[in-house]
Amino acid sequence: MNNEPENYLSEHSVRSWLLTTDHKRIGILYLLSILVYFAVAAVAAALMRLTLLNPTGDLVLPETYNKLFTLHGVLMVWFFLIPSIPAVLGNFVIPMMIGARDVAFPKLNLLSWYLFNIGGLCVLYAVVVGGVDTGWTFYTPYSTTYANGHVVTMIMGVFIAGFGSILTGLNFIVTIHKMRAPGLTWFRLPLFIWSLYSTSLILVLATPVLAITLLAIAVERLWGVGIFDPNLGGDPVLFQHMFWFYSHPAVYIMILPGMGVISEVIPCFSRKRIFGYHFVAFSSIAIAVVGFSVWGHHMFVSSQSVYAAMVFSVLSFIVAVPSAIKVFNWTATLYKGSISYDTPMLYAFGFIGLFTIGGLTGLFLASIAVDVHLHDTYFVVAHFHYIMVGGMVLSFMGGLHYWWPKITGRMYPEIMGRIAALVTFIGFNLTFFPQFLLGYLGQPRRYHAYPPEFQVFHVLSTAGASILGIGYLMPLLYFVWSLKYGQRAPANPWKATGLEWQTPSPPPSENFHETPIVTEEPYDYHPEADELPPEPQHA
Amino acid sequence: MPEPAIAHAHQFESAEQQRDADTLGMWTFLATEVLFFGGLIMCYTFGRFSYPQAFEAASHHLYVGYGGPNTAILLCSSFTMALAVRSAQLGRRKALVGFLIATILFGLGFLVVKGFEYHTDYVEQLVPRWRFHWEGADAGHAELFFWLYFVLTGLHAIHVTIGVGLLTVVAILGWRGRITAENHMTAEITGLYWHFVDIVWVFLFPLLYLIGHR
Amino acid sequence: MNFHLFPEQASTVARESDWMFWALTAASLFICLLVFLPLAWFAIKYRRGRKVNRQLADVATWKIEVTWTLIPLVLVMALFAWSADAFFRMESAPVGALEVNVVGKQWMWKLQHAEGPREINELHIPLGRPVKLTMTSQDVIHDFFVPAFRMKQDVVPGRYTTEWFTPTRVGRYHIFCAQYCGTTHSAMVGWVHVMEPQDYTRWLAQGSPEPMAAQGQALFHSLGCSGCHGVSSKIHAPPLEGLYGHLIPLETKEFVMADDKYIRDSILLPASQIAAGYQNLMPSFKGHISEEEIMELIAYIKSIANQAPEGSAP
Repeated sequence: MNNEPENYLSEHSVRSWLLTTDHKRIGILYLLSILVYFAVAAVAAALMRLTLLNPTGDLVLPETYNKLFTLHGVLMVWFFLIPSIPAVLGNFVIPMMIGARDVAFPKLNLLSWYLFNIGGLCVLYAVVVGGVDTGWTFYTPYSTTYANGHVVTMIMGVFIAGFGSILTGLNFIVTIHKMRAPGLTWFRLPLFIWSLYSTSLILVLATPVLAITLLAIAVERLWGVGIFDPNLGGDPVLFQHMFWFYSHPAVYIMILPGMGVISEVIPCFSRKRIFGYHFVAFSSIAIAVVGFSVWGHHMFVSSQSVYAAMVFSVLSFIVAVPSAIKVFNWTATLYKGSISYDTPMLYAFGFIGLFTIGGLTGLFLASIAVDVHLHDTYFVVAHFHYIMVGGMVLSFMGGLHYWWPKITGRMYPEIMGRIAALVTFIGFNLTFFPQFLLGYLGQPRRYHAYPPEFQVFHVLSTAGASILGIGYLMPLLYFVWSLKYGQRAPANPWKATGLEWQTPSPPPSENFHETPIVTEEPYDYHPEADELPPEPQHA
Repeated sequence: MPEPAIAHAHQFESAEQQRDADTLGMWTFLATEVLFFGGLIMCYTFGRFSYPQAFEAASHHLYVGYGGPNTAILLCSSFTMALAVRSAQLGRRKALVGFLIATILFGLGFLVVKGFEYHTDYVEQLVPRWRFHWEGADAGHAELFFWLYFVLTGLHAIHVTIGVGLLTVVAILGWRGRITAENHMTAEITGLYWHFVDIVWVFLFPLLYLIGHR
Repeated sequence: MNFHLFPEQASTVARESDWMFWALTAASLFICLLVFLPLAWFAIKYRRGRKVNRQLADVATWKIEVTWTLIPLVLVMALFAWSADAFFRMESAPVGALEVNVVGKQWMWKLQHAEGPREINELHIPLGRPVKLTMTSQDVIHDFFVPAFRMKQDVVPGRYTTEWFTPTRVGRYHIFCAQYCGTTHSAMVGWVHVMEPQDYTRWLAQGSPEPMAAQGQALFHSLGCSGCHGVSSKIHAPPLEGLYGHLIPLETKEFVMADDKYIRDSILLPASQIAAGYQNLMPSFKGHISEEEIMELIAYIKSIANQAPEGSAP
């Protein structure tokens, strides 16, 4: 460590970390925070899966089980998935990818991290003092009138953290619009930037509606104002409209950044320009925009009108098309490429497989007549875990492995990386594929006890979860190991295009000693050239 | 002789880039505010369509005598704000500070009127949960109207208060000569915020006060 | 060990629902193969180090892009159309269905047949006849889900929702609550018993219960409704004979359909809709009447829907 040139990690004091305005450090701060929340949520999931081994589900009390799935949902959605790629990888990489020294508003960036954690601490506090059992969806009137527990505390936590996400989105929008290096036109931007830009649009426009919805729950719960409880003159379905108006775009906040990572990894590890750059770029925007119009597909059986259901159904089918375009384009990129099986690429392959399956099962749910049967069953649980874990978590892992050398200046152990990717893939499928079958058989969600004929599927699922856990634990261990013992990384270990690879690993605080000027199209890879022996060096 | 470079934050390449970024930042922030107030207004619209009689009856208990002048006050304040920004652009320090003070006074005036109005609402027992008494049918939905009224106007008043605070800071900066024709973005961005606060009120006033008025 | 991939098909809707499910599965499998096979093929054939031709032909890729945008679009529109059509048919209960009222509460189902019998967590119905459930909740949102019928519908407090099915197979089928409703949501389960018609008739007869409408009529008197709405009343209140199913003019010059919701609202929130020509005199029964009792009153008012108001011209 002593001979290392000065870089953004050189200063070691606690103060330099807690008061940093360096986007790279803030990315790392977010990484550490989300790991904590992920760990708590994963323990909750483990307890749930252990409870479900038995049809009587009496490992924990029913109320405890309900608190576990609520905690799992709240933490995973708002404190892991939503911040993961944007606040960790996005914060770290975006300014470097566009040739800037930092984001537009570095102090707001730090503020967002503090807001995020104040919110997270509120949520954890709510758990410690007794917990909440409403589900992460807080449906009324259960959450406003009937639930015991610390609903308002938990809601406050999410509310505060939401402001953190709004600030992140605002920062990214301004940074991407205004701070690109000379020559870096919109259509020369890496697709990761397009994805994060689309994500940021949703972040700033949808999150305020969540804030209002949460505020309304608190108002009704604390002061008995009849907004949602029919006994007080309110409308319970109004809550669902308000909640899902945010929460559906929220799932695109979660998946779009993941798609952005895949769009970086696949060209790099097939040494080939991405197929259909413009279509992929615009598909991100299309997903963000159309994604605002489909929220009613969570409410087909809620007593909303048949005509509304029709509209939401057709739009939900349409929103699948831009995602399909991405999948086809990624696959086509491989054609006549020069493909290596490094860990990030293995995660990318896994993503394409699992996201495709997850996305296609979304069509089942968009299909109203079939959704009537499948709504609120394990089919839905499997569907969104295929996308969130099979898609999002895999792409987060892929991105983390891809940019790890840049972030830390160290290589992770490649063999271990590949094994962990494989273990994760196998564990994941074993955990969640049986749940599709469970769902069609009629097993509802959020049940801790179930008819005995469903047991075999639950046993398979729990077995898978233990394997999946190993798949998660391995990178945690070898990443930490690599910080001290990993091979030192050069500036561009993957020989990738992109401005972030033009600076040392780890980068200096200012990212670039001189502002780069961009003259090339993105993904300027040449698979056939890479196969040729290297040019002899001239004096 | 090249002009001396204007100081700018380290992450930016130039003062111009910083100006552009600050402006876009404010516009983006205002977009989030539109969704924030918009979400509440959607709630209100839902209530208005579902319980039209109760909402109309409740609305008649609000005084256009408070709301109307407040609307006029805010519109005037937007005018003085625009004049303040223009003064900043032209480098007229005294005019800038003068118009800012006028805007601040209008803002404070708005809050004073609002204070009297809330007091009247309290006296007339229209404050949900604390002091609410309703003669007539459908008290529950009338109370809902008043909840929305207090949340909407209360949040708006908080935004006005923050605005007054921002304007005070800008006025001090202006007095100290830190706002010049070359470097007037602070005034312009604060102006954007203030105009937004005014526009929100322009929506709230008819929605809340003028139901069923010819 | 019993290993099933899908529940029994026990309703008229179940077969079509399964057909759609399998069609979606087939389409998904097809698309998966369309993506995974080339993926695997390319990953192997173009593996780094393999000597293979990597020269790309110079084609306009936009044509390929547009093709694989339009084809999925057409495919999903076809799927939508099929599903929407099926859904329309699933939503409209046939005339003459057997009526059953359902009240969901934490954590049990209370059912009452129009013919009278009450059940808890069980529903006995005859084979081959459509059954229409009219449902409400006493507290939070529940959902009445019968996987074998491929049917579910949220049960919402403050309003009535309906669900219908025609059972096609004798047997015993799960009822699950499919909307999280609190601590023992998992235990809010029951059984549908589909019986041969003659067995059902026999089951109905045991205990000789009174039809709901008759119970409703008894309530109409015991709760004091006849005091104002009866013909000999001195209070000027709207007559309820011939009311159900007709449009009612209101004081506000609007019209409202006198359906289940209207009657329930009139009992609980009488001030919200005053009939034209009448005054706001009716007290609210909120807190004094249960959801089941409201349903019985509605059954009674439905039963006099074809009578002329007493004292009026024939």
